[in-house]
Amino acid sequence: MTVKVVGAMLLVVLTLYAVLAGADFGGGLWDLVAGREGTGRAPRGLIDDTITPVWESNHVWLIFALVIFWTGFPSAFAAVMTATALPLWLSVLGIVLRGAGFAFRKEVEGLKWRRLLGATFAFSSLLTPFFMGTVVGAVAAGKVKFAAEHSTLAVWTGTTSILIGCLFVAVCGYEAAVFLIAEAADRRDRALERYFRRRATIAGVAAGALSLAVLVSLRSSNSMLYHRLTGRALPLVIFAGACGVAVIALLLTRRTRGLRVLSAVGVTAVVWGFGVAQYPILLPGTGLTLSADAAPHATLVALIAVFILAVVLVIPGFLLLFWLHSRQLLESDTPPTSTG
Amino acid sequence: MLGLLHVTGVLAAVREVVPARAQMATTLGFHIILACFGIALPTIVLIAEYIGLKRSDEVAMTLARRWSQAMGVLVAVGAVTGTVLSFEMGLLWPGLMRRYGSVIGLPFALEGIFFFLEAIFTGIYLYGWRRLSAWAHFWSGIPIAISGIFGAISVIAANSWMNQPGGFTLKGGRVVAVDPVKVFFNRASWYEMPHMLIAAYLVAGFGLASIYAVGFLRGRRDRYHRLGFAIPFVLAAALTPVEFFVGDTAARAIASDQPVKFATMEYVTHTTRHAPEYLGGVYMNGHVYAGIRIPDLDSLLVGFSTHTKVIGLDSVPPADRPPVPWLIHLAFDVMAGLGSLSLIPLLWLLLAWWRRRSLPRHRWFWLLAAAAGPAAVVAMEAGWIVTEVGRQPWVVYRLLTTAQAATTNGGVIDTLTAVIVLYAVLGVATVIILRVLARRWHQGEDHAVAVPYGPPNTPAAGEAR
Repeated sequence: MTVKVVGAMLLVVLTLYAVLAGADFGGGLWDLVAGREGTGRAPRGLIDDTITPVWESNHVWLIFALVIFWTGFPSAFAAVMTATALPLWLSVLGIVLRGAGFAFRKEVEGLKWRRLLGATFAFSSLLTPFFMGTVVGAVAAGKVKFAAEHSTLAVWTGTTSILIGCLFVAVCGYEAAVFLIAEAADRRDRALERYFRRRATIAGVAAGALSLAVLVSLRSSNSMLYHRLTGRALPLVIFAGACGVAVIALLLTRRTRGLRVLSAVGVTAVVWGFGVAQYPILLPGTGLTLSADAAPHATLVALIAVFILAVVLVIPGFLLLFWLHSRQLLESDTPPTSTG
Repeated sequence: MLGLLHVTGVLAAVREVVPARAQMATTLGFHIILACFGIALPTIVLIAEYIGLKRSDEVAMTLARRWSQAMGVLVAVGAVTGTVLSFEMGLLWPGLMRRYGSVIGLPFALEGIFFFLEAIFTGIYLYGWRRLSAWAHFWSGIPIAISGIFGAISVIAANSWMNQPGGFTLKGGRVVAVDPVKVFFNRASWYEMPHMLIAAYLVAGFGLASIYAVGFLRGRRDRYHRLGFAIPFVLAAALTPVEFFVGDTAARAIASDQPVKFATMEYVTHTTRHAPEYLGGVYMNGHVYAGIRIPDLDSLLVGFSTHTKVIGLDSVPPADRPPVPWLIHLAFDVMAGLGSLSLIPLLWLLLAWWRRRSLPRHRWFWLLAAAAGPAAVVAMEAGWIVTEVGRQPWVVYRLLTTAQAATTNGGVIDTLTAVIVLYAVLGVATVIILRVLARRWHQGEDHAVAVPYGPPNTPAAGEAR
């Protein structure tokens, strides 16, 4: 029972990371493709305003996920860390460059440097989700072996891995664009709203197509997972699909209300669909189950206690942060720029 | 054949342990400086803001606002370099996580909560200057200072557990039962926690103050610079005697809990009464060269009597002794020496205040104060060398060797190289950014430039803000 709870906690934390930090990463994607100085000015400004006060808090979900993973399921953690070391190092590289680039670009002087650091931030925002996707893909495809002693390219460069890597990038872009539509609407900036509506639609369609492609590729790489995704996890898969279709419909009919919630619920359904499909297997490549690898009972109970404490202390903090942010009481210490 | 495979497997593991340790040392040694600022800077900023609000002191408010801007940069870099360490726990030390992840993970899980609170309220505090009411803004900073302290305590709990592992039961090499409270409050936590926590305040306090001391030496002696110096310096200087006492107590505890580490720190070659104290010196082939030898002093320091028996290096076989004893000993001497020296500016400050109610005017005081910042960083790093290298060859004291914990993956030398290059750039960039901020403040300009940038439309439009 405690094992199930800790497994569910890990999924909850991963979901929050995917939804909240995913949108921050996606912001980097749209910054990267925002074009030249003049045309890119307005969207870049909105992206920066939206991400600045919250990205560090959203990032902490990753730390929390890592800690729950290694404390609750230490052997599986060690196996993943050994077998997929290279893409994980590249994800870390992305995290360092993105955070540093983002923090530095505001303070540095000279357009040349600001542009270099901004490009670093934007480009590394692609690096991290892609390589994390390949790691998830390696696990899903059953390529991570329990007693893995070495990392090889074959582990994380299979079709499933690459597809999930691309899917992660698309989902980040999708979430970010949806969030930015709402932000633009809050500021009554019709032009920016249209701008991100277009991008949300493109990213949403791409994410949907990639999800289907992942499903098809799993059929050959991990048929057990495929059958469960189309079996007992099917309701969640269908629900996720329905959310996606509904979001696209709202986007095309130019509605904003419910957009953010629906897209977040859709992403949540995908994460939980995978979780339900995989349960009770921890690492598909090994047949290792949650309970076989779980930490001692007292550790699991302590983890649950820490999680409850986190919910009690952290969630109100987050709500306060997001509430202040949505009322535009938090702003980067920059003079207001005219958007145009 | 199988035997041969096994041997090569073991050799592969041994091969990666040296670069893995070098990488851990590089990334941790870098991060810990930022961590110190992350822990202590919020308190310093809040003191300035409190003074500013209570006394309607515009100078103090300006200091608080500017310091918080620097804090924003340092916290962001600290957040990402801290993430690197979280990944490295698994990427470099999978053997440690596989065996003891369920134990050492607990303090880190608790730290997660404090990291969250720190990040959330930093977001509110840093960006709430303009639109939050003055006192609401001040109070939004309090959780940052508190969670910084508790977050640090949690991480130190994990490290002290590695030095004095306890609170779990092993059965057939597997952890089968855990007592979370005993893991957190182990035999080393009570001295490691205050020692490192105060060290963080010393690094941040002396570090920040030294910038204004340099300004003072260059003739910038207005109230802005005097107050900017006094707030962090008084806080740090007041804590030095406490740190002195805690450190001394910690050394005595190590003499009984980790005698081999202590023997290396103090060059106790063989178990003996009337053990001498060596200042400086290099230990090679069982002899101490070029050290200043003070008879009986080590025994006196350990047990308050020259007759105290001190356990020596000869108590364990050479394989169980830490490598590079001279590094550990000299690092210990540097830490203890700088710690003792840092009492001088405190006494000077007290004397000047008692006689004239003002900061000292003598040039030597300001030179000392300017040196105190870098010295605090050096002392803190030296302390980490003592505790980490001194624990070798163990990662979990007497239970798991560092070699057993290291990754079996090849290529650590490549990530090590990448890390050294990346962190060198990161370090230089951080310093440059802070200097850019300082230059902007000198020009009386507090606001950053507008963010958007991008490939220029035309060269002329490109250079326009």
